[in-house]
Amino acid sequence: MSLFVNLTLNGITNGMIFAAVALGLVFIWRATHIVNFGQGSMAMFTTYLAVTLLDRHLNYWLAFVAALVAGLALGAVIEQVLIRPLRGKPALNPVIVTLGLFILLEGLAGSIFGVGSRSFPPAFSQAGLKVGHTTLAFSHFDVFILAAVVVLMLGTLALFRATSLGLRMRAAAFAPEVARLLGVRVGRILTLGWALAAVAGSLAGLLVAPTVSFSPSFMDLILVYAFTAAVVGGLESPVGALVGGLVTGLALSYVGGYLGSSLEPLGALAILMVVLSARPEGIFSRPEPRRV
Amino acid sequence: MLDVEELSVAYGAVKALQGVSFQAQDGSVTAVLGANGAGKTTLLRTVSGLVKPQSGTVSYDGVKLTGLSVESIVRLGVSHVPEGRGVIEELTVDENLRLGTLWRFGHRERRPMLQEIYDLFPPLAERRNRMASTLSGGERQMLAIGRALSSKPTLLLLDEPSLGLAPLVTAQLMAMIRKLARETRLTVVLVEQNVRSALSIAEEAVVINLGRVVIADRADTVAADTQLRHHYLGF
Repeated sequence: MSLFVNLTLNGITNGMIFAAVALGLVFIWRATHIVNFGQGSMAMFTTYLAVTLLDRHLNYWLAFVAALVAGLALGAVIEQVLIRPLRGKPALNPVIVTLGLFILLEGLAGSIFGVGSRSFPPAFSQAGLKVGHTTLAFSHFDVFILAAVVVLMLGTLALFRATSLGLRMRAAAFAPEVARLLGVRVGRILTLGWALAAVAGSLAGLLVAPTVSFSPSFMDLILVYAFTAAVVGGLESPVGALVGGLVTGLALSYVGGYLGSSLEPLGALAILMVVLSARPEGIFSRPEPRRV
Repeated sequence: MLDVEELSVAYGAVKALQGVSFQAQDGSVTAVLGANGAGKTTLLRTVSGLVKPQSGTVSYDGVKLTGLSVESIVRLGVSHVPEGRGVIEELTVDENLRLGTLWRFGHRERRPMLQEIYDLFPPLAERRNRMASTLSGGERQMLAIGRALSSKPTLLLLDEPSLGLAPLVTAQLMAMIRKLARETRLTVVLVEQNVRSALSIAEEAVVINLGRVVIADRADTVAADTQLRHHYLGF
């Protein structure tokens, strides 16, 4: 029973991280209909920035915020410099560019920061919380992970639902041409979409780094799982990203705990295959009506 | 005044417009008529900046629009209701309308403006929190036009507003366009397949055939020219 509880808690924590990265994928997909394979390595880069600042004895939370701000800037610059010139070109072109970005950033990080793994300090204790006499596989830091992603999700929801910027973003995503005819500066909205996606990614990077062996490739597997989560959720919907993240996190935790951790990637593949064959548009997307 | 001069547009090798010139006077309705594929939609899309012309100019109130971005042209008071209505189905009626006011009005002025639109189109007020996808064809047309008006434009470009509407609804819509132009000095350029109703409310008419202007004259003169009507307008 305690194994099940621990696996569930672990699955929820991991799922929230997948959800944060998946949210970034959703932001970019909604804005520009591109699957951003560079999402993980962008987050890796800003996380290295944070650890470099921490090495220079900067306050933990200042470094944390600096990494998020760096993510915002990095996302905006990448959209302006690499993605914007490809507008109107075949859909595959920007996707290949994001693959190139993935290779470039990891190579760059390797040569700047070194390829070896190192440690990243957690914001809070990673010692398991005690309930009565049992120690759970759930720490103060895990509580922080949950809280941070919940804040991210609520912030996203508030942005989309309650602000006129969010209304512009939704209009630009659903009908870019109509949005322009209504005076929405769609180009700026797309840049913003990439910037916000990179912030979500950076946050995930900062949350994952203390829990794994931290090296330039530390986000690679997370991106695969986040992609699974985003596809399960339908790529269009922030709520879908959250649910997809939790489903993926829990499923992989159970697979890893009961069947062996080497089977986790296969578990992700199985989820992808089941969802894509049963509901190819994902659980939270409406099927595209076919025009006849 | 809208001034279109020697406008030519091509999609690759296909010439959509060739040397099109006409003017639309302030507070008047100008009907742009012609068969399918004559270039009417291309003309409106070029005026609003969605299509870049090969040559020629479009000016509005003395400002050259050619070369400006769509978003900048909107800010000069030009509102374009695209073909197929362009209602954003994933948003509510209220959100669709609000979108039109965002660049134009500050936070406080938006609600009164939206109320004006709801007063103009009461069925929209009843459905303000419904998704736009649930609206009927006529309601969608109201929403598209109401949304275009919500930024208080001075030039309204309407692409086939009667498409798919019942004759009675079309008649009401045309009467309303007429009234708006007269009462608010709104300049309207109306692209229509429904030639009779368009001519019934327009002061001026431009007939386009295969990308060229056949005639640009007073609407009643065009309506009275039997040969022209038979040839290009099919009635």
